[in-house]
Amino acid sequence: MTSRLPRLLGLLALAGVACALPFFLTNFRLFQFTQVYIYAIAILGLNMLTGYNGQFSLGHGAFYAIGAYVSAIMMDRWNVHYAWTIPVAGVLCLVVGFLFGLPALRLEGLYLALATFSLALAVPQILKYFEHWTGGSQGLVLNKPNAPFGLKLNPDQWLYFLTLAVLVLLFWLGANLMRGRVGRAVVAIRDNHIAAEAMGVNTSLYKSLVFGVSAAYTGVAGALSASVIAYVAPDSFNVFLSITLLIGAVIGGMASISGAIFGALFIQFVPNWAQDISKAAPWAIFGVFLIVFMYVMPFGIAGAIRLLWIRTRRSRVALSPEPRETAATQAPRAT
Amino acid sequence: MSAANILLEVRDLEAFYGRTKALHGVSFSMTAGGITTILGANGAGKTTTLRAISRMVRTSGAIRFEGQALEQRATEDVVRLGIAHAPEGRGTFVHLTVEENLRLGAWGRRERGALQEDFARVFSYFPALEGRRRQAAGTLSGGEQQMLAVARALMLRPRLLLLDEPSLGLAPMVVREIFRILRTVNQDAGVTILLVEQNAALALDLADHVFLLETGRIVMEGPSEDLRKDDAIRRAYLGY
Amino acid sequence: MDIFVQQVVSGLATGGIYASLALALVMIYQATDVVSFTQGEMAMFSTYLCWTMLNAGVPYWVAFLSTLALSFVGGIVIQRVIIRPVEQAPILTIVIVTLGLLVIFNSLAGWIWTYVQKPFPSPFPSKPLRAGNVFFSAHDIGAIGITLVVLLCIYVFFRFTPLGLAMRAAAHNPVSSRLVGIRVGWMLALGWGLAAVFGAVAGMMVAPNLTLEPNLMGGVQIYAFAAATLGGFTSPGGAVLGGFIVGVVENLVGTYVSFIGTELKFTVALALIIVVLLVKPTGLFGTTVVKRV
Repeated sequence: MTSRLPRLLGLLALAGVACALPFFLTNFRLFQFTQVYIYAIAILGLNMLTGYNGQFSLGHGAFYAIGAYVSAIMMDRWNVHYAWTIPVAGVLCLVVGFLFGLPALRLEGLYLALATFSLALAVPQILKYFEHWTGGSQGLVLNKPNAPFGLKLNPDQWLYFLTLAVLVLLFWLGANLMRGRVGRAVVAIRDNHIAAEAMGVNTSLYKSLVFGVSAAYTGVAGALSASVIAYVAPDSFNVFLSITLLIGAVIGGMASISGAIFGALFIQFVPNWAQDISKAAPWAIFGVFLIVFMYVMPFGIAGAIRLLWIRTRRSRVALSPEPRETAATQAPRAT
Repeated sequence: MSAANILLEVRDLEAFYGRTKALHGVSFSMTAGGITTILGANGAGKTTTLRAISRMVRTSGAIRFEGQALEQRATEDVVRLGIAHAPEGRGTFVHLTVEENLRLGAWGRRERGALQEDFARVFSYFPALEGRRRQAAGTLSGGEQQMLAVARALMLRPRLLLLDEPSLGLAPMVVREIFRILRTVNQDAGVTILLVEQNAALALDLADHVFLLETGRIVMEGPSEDLRKDDAIRRAYLGY
Repeated sequence: MDIFVQQVVSGLATGGIYASLALALVMIYQATDVVSFTQGEMAMFSTYLCWTMLNAGVPYWVAFLSTLALSFVGGIVIQRVIIRPVEQAPILTIVIVTLGLLVIFNSLAGWIWTYVQKPFPSPFPSKPLRAGNVFFSAHDIGAIGITLVVLLCIYVFFRFTPLGLAMRAAAHNPVSSRLVGIRVGWMLALGWGLAAVFGAVAGMMVAPNLTLEPNLMGGVQIYAFAAATLGGFTSPGGAVLGGFIVGVVENLVGTYVSFIGTELKFTVALALIIVVLLVKPTGLFGTTVVKRV
């Protein structure tokens, strides 16, 4: 119980800072942080599937796109209030993800990665093909919502708080899921699915469900982005988005809730820093960042923090038996 | 034991799998031309000892082969010094042919060439392999794969041969044959052998020196004669 | 019929290019279980090196062979310097490193040579060859020839030389390889070196058709993935065959199925990947790896 209190205080402090930000930052910076929260939700979705459950997805951008377009089409065509589009996008992606998870059951490691990669590649073309709904290559222009109940917030500030609230809710849900019975089953399937099956875990059902939940999270992120950016176009949802999410997940730390936030911060801000360092070849600098991060923290930022924590605890408690490495700190080598 | 004759010397060897210590300060030495066997129950650390010499596990302590320190070397460099290791599970290249497996065995040799001589010698020891030389090694029976493992190790023209449970899962006749060949190889080519075995009777028959491992420590060592003859010790440690 | 033959030959030419890049992917995957995203961009970079030499007046075949040599060395250096430090890390971590390299190569190429498209010459005459009523591009025939020569050399190398045997062993069973004295690390480096050579060949053969720019190999890489998936990521021979099949199918579909223009041709490659994965994930010639539990 004593370890809970500092943690809770820490989280509250963070929450306090997060709520104070909109009153100190420019609208643009605020927009960037809102984008960080959106990415964090999407990355958490991907992390559940790939980090906790070991199913490699190189195509989560597709679910992000589905969420974004569902929200956009509902707002644009049917004048649905933006707030309703978010849970609808989530549920739809849950179903789509679950259905996608069914054939995916047959594919392991590399092959699932290839299948999802192909899906990601096909997304922009499919979106352009169904012009009537999606507005084709030009996309759909949307309106940024105003703050409700006459709150004295501009749209950017309101969207910031809305996104933050969704983030907190989804992270709380996700943490509870992954740290409880469900999470243990999910990780067991990743580490040794035959043993898990032998222990009575319905691996097929769990794997498809995780796919669904993972897609739902990313879909909600996409739906939020439709309102925040107020624009959707096929080329924003190309394979590069899926790769960016994957980079965020790995750099942040696989099989980690907090990792999603670190990853989101990385993918939002590091490209900008890279540009500041070199106007001529910014992506080369970004590539260097990627490689250096992976050298220094092969288990991601969250992984590095965890290792540091274990080491400081060990040196302080020299006489008690050594703590075991958990499955979470030892990311698995897929064969 | 004069210093000139010592081929392998191990002092205060500790071995680790992650943070688990499997060997707790093992010390022994082997003279050139001798056959030593390591006995012990499952999990005693027998395989770990061989792996420590081949640098396949993390260790602390000293390992010297022909006077040279092995601790800082990688597995492939230790092999190139003349130590051949037929590992637990045989380590066959299952998708390659028998001939390719044997050819690879000679890869670490200092003096290349003259492979035909080695093939001839190895096939004279194991005629069954010659008939199957172009077959994929994975299609061989267990006994044949064990023969292949020993043959491959011999292709190196090693000065020290590390063998991990050559009798495992094999029919008694096949095992007797392999042990007969090991004795021949030791006597004719002067190959020093360090043998890990569960089959204590066979091992004691072949080896001139034995040591017994129990949870990572040597609990008994000496000439194999002594262990074979002393009923009390034998019964206490080997149960027969 | 004439058009059919022409399209098949043309398809084989592009297929050879896909085959080369697919072979690079498969070689690295077999040895390390990692799908390297870097190969396409390395190929593009090699092609630019060749272009630089040609621009300086170096005769074509000298430039070609020098590029192969430079690519070989480059591949080895990259493996030893950049990949080796993370060899033991989780697979996704290594994949991110290859992505980092992809992005570095692409950006560096743009910086050094700009994004302006450059024409890249073919060593083969521009006058079409003729057999009866059928016309073939000399470059297509030449590209097929070069690909076949390279593939033959590689086949002979792996099958009949000691070093080739050692490389096969190292890819197949690194632990046992160390136990026979093979320096597995250097075998991996050689694998990357050879993969870079295949990539360079692919790049130099495709550049005359597509014009040289930093995103030259983007599309080709996707087709190479399709080829490796079709043939089997665990089978080099399969990947090569897969490359030729993908090339021919792509061309025939583009010619005979009217509603599929250049945009959707791409989707055809993707559909192919998905179908293969659903029906037989290990590809035509891949073997299912049976793991002991």
